[in-house]
Amino acid sequence: MTCFCRTKAVRALLVGLVASAAVVLLCEPALAAPQEADPDYRALPFISSRVVMWIIAELHLMFAAFVLAVPMFALVLEFIGYKTGDKRFDQLAYDFTKLLSVSFSFTATLGALLTFGLIVLYPALTKYLVKVFSWTFLPYVLLFFFEAVFLYAYYYGWGKFSPRVHLFLGLMLNIVGTAIMFIANAWLTFMNTPSGVDELGNLTSLWDAINNYIWMPINIHRLIANMAFGGAIGAAYGAYKFLGARTMEEKAHYDWMGYTGNFIAICALLPLPFAGYWLGVEIYAYDQSLGITLMGGTFSWLFIIQAVLIGNLFLAANYYLWLSMSRIAGAERYRRFIKYLLGVITLCFIVWATPHSLVATVEEARAMGGSHHPILNVLGVMSAKNTAVNLLILTTYVSFLLYRRANKDATVSWARTGNLVQFGIFAVVVIFVVFLGVYGYFVDAQTRIGLSQPQVFSVLFAMVAVTVIDLFLFRGARKRGEIDWGRIPARAQYALFFLAITFAWLMGLMGYVRAGMRQHWHVYGVIRDTSVDAFTPTLGFAGLVVSITVIIFFLFIAVVFFLSGLSSRKDWAERTKGTRRWFRRAKQEQSDSTLSVEAS
Amino acid sequence: MNILILLIIVAALAAIQLFVTRWLPLNRLAWMAIWWVAVYAAFAYGINPPLPSSIVVLFMAIVTLALVAYLSADSEELASAMRAITAFMVERRFRVALLAVLVALPLLAALSVYTDLSKPPQPPTSSRTIHPPPPVSISFKGKTIPLSTANNPYRELQHSDEAAFAQHVENGRRIYFENCFYCHGDNMQGAGMFAHGYDPIPANFNDPTTIAMLQESYLFWRIAKGAPGLPSEATPWSSAMPAWENFLTEEEIWDVILFLYEFTGYEPRAQGMPH
Repeated sequence: MTCFCRTKAVRALLVGLVASAAVVLLCEPALAAPQEADPDYRALPFISSRVVMWIIAELHLMFAAFVLAVPMFALVLEFIGYKTGDKRFDQLAYDFTKLLSVSFSFTATLGALLTFGLIVLYPALTKYLVKVFSWTFLPYVLLFFFEAVFLYAYYYGWGKFSPRVHLFLGLMLNIVGTAIMFIANAWLTFMNTPSGVDELGNLTSLWDAINNYIWMPINIHRLIANMAFGGAIGAAYGAYKFLGARTMEEKAHYDWMGYTGNFIAICALLPLPFAGYWLGVEIYAYDQSLGITLMGGTFSWLFIIQAVLIGNLFLAANYYLWLSMSRIAGAERYRRFIKYLLGVITLCFIVWATPHSLVATVEEARAMGGSHHPILNVLGVMSAKNTAVNLLILTTYVSFLLYRRANKDATVSWARTGNLVQFGIFAVVVIFVVFLGVYGYFVDAQTRIGLSQPQVFSVLFAMVAVTVIDLFLFRGARKRGEIDWGRIPARAQYALFFLAITFAWLMGLMGYVRAGMRQHWHVYGVIRDTSVDAFTPTLGFAGLVVSITVIIFFLFIAVVFFLSGLSSRKDWAERTKGTRRWFRRAKQEQSDSTLSVEAS
Repeated sequence: MNILILLIIVAALAAIQLFVTRWLPLNRLAWMAIWWVAVYAAFAYGINPPLPSSIVVLFMAIVTLALVAYLSADSEELASAMRAITAFMVERRFRVALLAVLVALPLLAALSVYTDLSKPPQPPTSSRTIHPPPPVSISFKGKTIPLSTANNPYRELQHSDEAAFAQHVENGRRIYFENCFYCHGDNMQGAGMFAHGYDPIPANFNDPTTIAMLQESYLFWRIAKGAPGLPSEATPWSSAMPAWENFLTEEEIWDVILFLYEFTGYEPRAQGMPH
């Protein structure tokens, strides 16, 4: 086992180092080589280079997101276990961390493949990016090395170090991982919103090239999205183990794991639309062409697909919470609220998914008096969508609140007043959010964009204030019963699979949008794409590539789940003891009977 | 909104709740079916002008998903619904009703096919991009104008020299009424005297989702290049907007843009800013 682990660790390290070194070593001579000797592009037989790089990059990104996210909440869970002395948290953190080892190897391998692909298939672009960012590769390589050291020390050192030392290793793992992501983000965001270069693309300031318009929004967006994605994959692992569990103890543990993963995913999902909105604002601010391509032009329909997917995420997350109530005694009294919550979710989902650019027949367009529908037109813009998403977030929070208080009765003297204040906060915030949404139609664009901030902050205020009141309200509360972990319908586990797949699909889709909005530019406005693939594929084709990528990713994830589960399996000798004994006996009997036949 | 249809739908739901359930208790599955029909009727017939069929399909998919989630969110209700379906399929007392359903389903499919084929031939549906993305720069009478950084050169006069600004706006007004108002109308609602001969009809500048969302350089591009200058990704497009660069000077185009914003009361979207 130890040997296997060491081999794996060394292999991941080697792959990572080779990948990083390859960029520096292979591309530097190319810089010095005569220009005419280097082709700008190389083609692959049978398949387009762009599609190959697209799939590899997306797979690398998905695994990287997972590998960066899991240590974050593993550390938090471990810390909770350390502070409370509850061993279950420590075990849960370890269960999540078990998924990391294999995933890290996959991430490094895919990263190496991506690097080699770029060097071989897109030499001119790679050469230019290396020229601009050459100074960032050394810290990247070093950080990657430290990432491997901290990751394997964190995983294999579980229970081997003092808790504080182990927590420190986890913290370092997170810091190093985040730093790696920030560096890689600088390269890719530079391609979208290049800064720090002159009109000919010559570097004038490395810091400006790194700190371009969307660097920090992407950093924040990815940090949060990684948490959501990692939580969802972790929850899917819990669901997978739950469905295969044979004892109630196992079911209870993996039910809890699924719930915790989902809780992390949803907590991260709630602020994600705001981070995405900030990113959109920065893109628009950098260049209106990019902004319009993204939100109003070619890619606007992908945002409708995105809205449908995110709507599904919210619906599935709420659905899981409602099903989770079946494991709590006393939750029946809150069931009657589900239909109202669902009504609000459906309404907000519809508003969010309403397109601004309509698909209509000529007859339908004539009936509308043009390409705009007077009602849909109002719902198809950001004022309506921001309002809808804020209400969706608030509704999901209410579902969680009902789940949280399902088995409790407040015993404090001011319980009724507390409930009224909580209700009042919700009511005021909902009215405020809707008012700002409507007001947005009567002000200029700049003011309207600014209105999203008070909407966001009021929703955050409501969530924080209500949670604080709730904590005091249910202090010393009378319990109607314990949470019966493991008592949950199997379809709740399928909801967790659905969440993980939807998250992955969403990541693939939005990754394509971010890269695709450059259209015929490798580096927007600096290096033009002159390859045979310099066209925007149809939405159908893009959807197909994203779907294939997601399928491949989950095939890899199935391998990760299988390999991670091996450590908890019984030894082969022990597992097959009975079977082997039976075979031995059968063989013996057969040979005895043969001997007796021969003897007779 | 078609208020009458919506009122009939609400009244029907209320009647089922108040009267029908007295002698025929309905389980959640039945309520789901009733709600599905009611919401479909509201989307398909309760909104005027009618929603495009693509939108009705999208909305109904969401509603169906929500109703299925509602049914299965409660294990007892789900079991009750499954029992009802099983009983309908296997119990002798439902034999006639089951037979009716088995006959009705293919008949409905046939009716749907017949209705589709009976319609006169139609051009294919198209997805129209409302705001096509502008290029990085355009060439205007030999001069390159970078659209991502170009500003209206007369906008700053709004604060520094109000009289000069008013003169530019006045010039814009003259140009608008000499050239644009025939299609875009005297109130800029896209309802000029020629407007109804076009498909799509001209843009309504009072609509908060048109010029209020755009930077002035975007308007400059659209006015200067018109329909012939639309990018290929914005097709299919049948706009009748002429390329005004052939008739107006650069200053005249910037002036008419000032007038559009002055008249409608909107502010152009600012450039840059965040980061």
